[in-house]
Amino acid sequence: MKNPLDSLGSTVFLGFVLVVVLVLLIHAIA
Amino acid sequence: MELVSYEWWTFCFRWLHVISGIMWIGHLWYFNFVQTPSMPKIPDEQKPAVTKFIAPTALFWFRWGAMATIITGLILASLNGYLFNAIKLGIGDHNARFTAIGFGMWLGAIMWFNVWFLIWPNQKKVLGIVPAEADEKKRAGRVAALASRTNTMLSIPMLYAMSSAQHYF
Repeated sequence: MKNPLDSLGSTVFLGFVLVVVLVLLIHAIA
Repeated sequence: MELVSYEWWTFCFRWLHVISGIMWIGHLWYFNFVQTPSMPKIPDEQKPAVTKFIAPTALFWFRWGAMATIITGLILASLNGYLFNAIKLGIGDHNARFTAIGFGMWLGAIMWFNVWFLIWPNQKKVLGIVPAEADEKKRAGRVAALASRTNTMLSIPMLYAMSSAQHYF
């Protein structure tokens, strides 16, 4: 399987996915 | 209002933190958005201009930008009095600001580690600053490239966490 980090587009997309995860985590903790 | 007050020093370190952060993340994005995608398009005889001259200078400001960012960031968090709250992600504090800045700090710390312990040591082999066999160079290039892409990915939530802690929560 190709590593998604080999593609710049996938890297940026995953960054935005992590923002959603981050927002959920902040609200869960705080 | 005092000209050089505690508040001024706190703001001064925030300003230095932002300047260093731009130096760091600006170069990170230059590597990932400009240099790496352009390398295959550059004729072989012109590639040394990048590998021998531009990349080493860019890597210098990149890694020292990272160092200045983490140092000024830790001083800033101490001056603001939330260093410990942020390290424990604001757990038990019921304060979203501490949780947000905490995630930002941890993401930034992981990125700083990647710069100094994965990207830079491996790039030294790739660029011939330290001697390495062809196989080792290839492996080093792969590790450095993936660590750099990881940091590009992490920079997006890191900046969300840092700026939301100051401007949203």
